[in-house]
Amino acid sequence: MASRKAPKNRDSGNKYSVLLPTYNERENLPLIVWLLVKYFGESGYNYEIIVIDDGSPDGTLEVAEQLQKIYGEDKIVLRPRAKKLGLGTAYIHGMKHATGNFVIIMDADLSHHPKFIPEFIEKQKEGDYDLVSGTRYRGNGGVYGWDLRRKLISRGANFLAQVLLRPGASDLTGSFRLYKKKVLESLVGRCVSKGYVFQMEMIVRARQLNYTIGEVPISFVDRVYGESKLGGNEIVSYAKGLLTLFATT
Amino acid sequence: MTKLLQWLFGVAVVLAVWALVSFDLLDLSLPRPYREAAWPMPLYLLVSLGCYSLATVGYRVATFNDCEEAAKELQEQIKEAREDLRKKGLKM
Repeated sequence: MASRKAPKNRDSGNKYSVLLPTYNERENLPLIVWLLVKYFGESGYNYEIIVIDDGSPDGTLEVAEQLQKIYGEDKIVLRPRAKKLGLGTAYIHGMKHATGNFVIIMDADLSHHPKFIPEFIEKQKEGDYDLVSGTRYRGNGGVYGWDLRRKLISRGANFLAQVLLRPGASDLTGSFRLYKKKVLESLVGRCVSKGYVFQMEMIVRARQLNYTIGEVPISFVDRVYGESKLGGNEIVSYAKGLLTLFATT
Repeated sequence: MTKLLQWLFGVAVVLAVWALVSFDLLDLSLPRPYREAAWPMPLYLLVSLGCYSLATVGYRVATFNDCEEAAKELQEQIKEAREDLRKKGLKM
C-alpha cells in the first residue's frame, strides 16, 4: 500500500528524526534499526536514526557503529554519552543533532513496532497535530505479555491520572510519539520528572501550552529480550509524580 | 488554576449547595422532604463514584486487547532481520 506513494512522500520536504536512547540493547538495536529501515524504505519518507547510547557496558555502541557502516552515516547517527543520564537529557542531547523537522521518540527494546510510524505520520498530516501519541488503550491498541495484575495496575493508574489531570490523551505513560521538532524542544526543557512520569508530564504540559494531540492505536509487545520491570518502587514513584503534576499543573 | 485547585473549587461548590439545602442556611423554608433527601447525598455521590470507577477499570481490564498476532509477526520479522543482517556483514 505505502510503497506506491514512495516518490510523493520523499518529495514532501519533511524529514523524520528517530531518537533511540539505548542502554544495554546490543541484541535489540540491530533489529529495531532493521525494522525502521524497512518501514521507512517502504513508505518513502525521509528519515534519520539517532542512537543515543549511555555508555552501555555490553557493547551497544560497537554494534551501532557496525550498523552505521551498513546503512550509511546519513541514516544512522551516533550521539553517545559517557554514562547513564536521564531520558529528558537524552532527548535534548539527541535533538541538538537532529536535522529533521519532526522527531519520533520510541523505545529501542522492540516493544514499539516501527510499522506504526507511517500511521503516525499520516495522522499528523491529517490534523497538522503538534504531537501524535501512540495509545495502547484505544481502538485496536493493546499489549502482549502482560498478566492480569499488570493490566489491572496499568488501567487503574491510567484511570486515576485521567480523572485527576484530564489531559485529553488516552495513553499518558506511553513513550512512542511523534513531535514537531519545535514542540518537543519547547516541552522537553520544562519537564523535570523521571521514568514513567516523564512521558505523562510531556503530555500534560503539551495540553497546558495548547498544543494539539493526535492519537494512533498501537500494539505494545513487552520486552522480548531482557526484563521488564514493574515493582513497588515504580508504583510509588508514579503516585508521587501524579500527585506532583496534580498540584502544580 | 492548577488541577488541584479546580478540584477543590468543585468540591467546595457541591458542599456549599449541599449545606444550603440540608441545613436551610438561607431560610428558604424548603419543604422537609427536600432537606431529608439532600442530607445523605454526599455519601451517595461518593459511593456511586466508587462504583463507576471500579466498573470502568474492570471493564477496561477485561477488554484490554492481547496482541498475539503482533507478537507472532515480530518474532518472524526478528528471524528475517537476523538473517538479512548477517548477510550484510553484521557481527552480533
